[in-house]
Amino acid sequence: MKFSGKAWKFGADIDTDAIIPARYLNTSNPQELALHCMEDADPEFPQKVTPGDVIVADKNFGCGSSREHAPIAIKAAGVSCVIAASFARIFYRNSFNMGLPILESPEAAADVVTGEQLEIDLSTGTIVNKSRNLTYKAQPVPVFMQELLAAGGLIPYVMKHLSSSE
Amino acid sequence: MAMTITEKILAAHSRLKRVEPGELIEVDVDFCLANDITAPIAIERFRQAGAKKIYDAARVALVPDHFVPNKDIESAAQCQILREFAQEHKLPHFFEVGRMGIEHALLPEQGLVLPGDVVVGADSHTCTYGGLGAFATGVGSTDLAAVMITGRTWFRVPASIKFVYHGTLAPWVTGKDLILYTIGQVGVDGARYRSMEFTGQVISHLSMDQRLTMANMAIEAGAKNGIIAPDECTRAFVEGRAQRSYTFYESDDNAVYEQVINYDVSEIEPQVALPHSPANSQPVSSLDKISIDQVVIGSCTNGRLEDLRAAADILKNRRIAPGVRCLIIPATQTIYRQAMDEGLFTIFLEAEAAISTPTCGPCLGGHMGILAAGERAVATTNRNFVGRMGHPESEVYLASPAVAAASAVLGRIASPEEL
Repeated sequence: MKFSGKAWKFGADIDTDAIIPARYLNTSNPQELALHCMEDADPEFPQKVTPGDVIVADKNFGCGSSREHAPIAIKAAGVSCVIAASFARIFYRNSFNMGLPILESPEAAADVVTGEQLEIDLSTGTIVNKSRNLTYKAQPVPVFMQELLAAGGLIPYVMKHLSSSE
Repeated sequence: MAMTITEKILAAHSRLKRVEPGELIEVDVDFCLANDITAPIAIERFRQAGAKKIYDAARVALVPDHFVPNKDIESAAQCQILREFAQEHKLPHFFEVGRMGIEHALLPEQGLVLPGDVVVGADSHTCTYGGLGAFATGVGSTDLAAVMITGRTWFRVPASIKFVYHGTLAPWVTGKDLILYTIGQVGVDGARYRSMEFTGQVISHLSMDQRLTMANMAIEAGAKNGIIAPDECTRAFVEGRAQRSYTFYESDDNAVYEQVINYDVSEIEPQVALPHSPANSQPVSSLDKISIDQVVIGSCTNGRLEDLRAAADILKNRRIAPGVRCLIIPATQTIYRQAMDEGLFTIFLEAEAAISTPTCGPCLGGHMGILAAGERAVATTNRNFVGRMGHPESEVYLASPAVAAASAVLGRIASPEEL
């Protein structure tokens, strides 16, 4: 899987309340949640983000609550991929379950700045910074995990397997 | 091969003789839970997957506790999804308003989660049950849906960090202060993906309420679980409430830890975590005079009976400072009743505090005590992230019930020593 888009840089320990504040959790409608994505970290983010954009953050992205609304909101906002130096564990698992591609790359997290154009290849784990012609390494995403992401998450992936084995 | 308590519980539930950190295992789940925020998505996934039956209806709890009593039409609709699903699947553990409590106070109290269990919950503070000697961890709604269908889930076995607490607790220092201090030392990702095992003389002498408080906040250090070996205190707590059989596990003397961290608690004073991170903990005496607008005493962290008693000890024959709102939220109906029977409500009402029905409410900025821009609260809750209790420009300071109550009386962040 390959993506390209503009980077939005965030700091360390971005918690799930910053990704989607609990005050909006009286719904699980993805489009409604997308309207408030990253609002408490950057109030204008929902207006500024364009389809395909990439969130780049420092360590421990997604710490805090177990709300699946966090990866749902990011995905529905049009973000193609999240790159961070590291991820909190529940968010990490939820992202794959939701079909939101994520990559760990301390190298990219330390260097990329907002506005730079990135090209990402999940199968090789390479992140190319087109704006400065630099390449960063990340752990590649195994094929079955890419299929899971392409299917749109764990449940559609499992259903696809069920129907093909019938 | 020596194992930690966490490794032993995981091995027993994956039918393996032993497990090692890093190993991927599939485990049997003893109990699972979700609330009014996370269950609607889990139920949607359950249906989407074409599932018809829950693996064991007696091992699932649905607890509407976050935005209840329903705060608006949308929340009412979320709760309705839980209610209908509970009826459809004849769930014996659906807890309606009037019979409910905050999930992590309620389930131990009802004897539904027990020592030696593997518990997964679609709520990050599921780690609370580690206070009973269970392996308990938070997952997302999709993982929870899979557990409801199969009764199993997969984990990577976490490496363990052993925290040893020595010495004697100073007056007013509680489990809340120990965990705030610990998170302050290791940071919000200091135990990321790890098991935090709380041990030592000091822990052995902690009450169950305080053990649950400590395990509750393991997630704030990024941990997969927090755990305390069960002992006589645990036995006294679970006897008479356990709704299933249970097992006591303990770490082997020569179990392998990634790290062993020793703290002399004699040096620790009541802690306050400043905005906007639970790791910003500071000794209360080191703080300037910080004026406050609101105090919240409650939540899955500190809404148990002992917490209310601690608040009442401070508030007795005193008044909440002018200009301060003090909200007291007993965590379950049973705690509410006990607090009332003990006369704590009279103390709270005479102090001019407000008493609420059980709800997570203000802890996550849901309802029942939201902050305006520029307002500041002292709360016995677990998170002080930006916007956590309301407006993104409001502030939350985390502390124990005694510090919160003393702050309510003095109208600024204060130590009980100052009264």
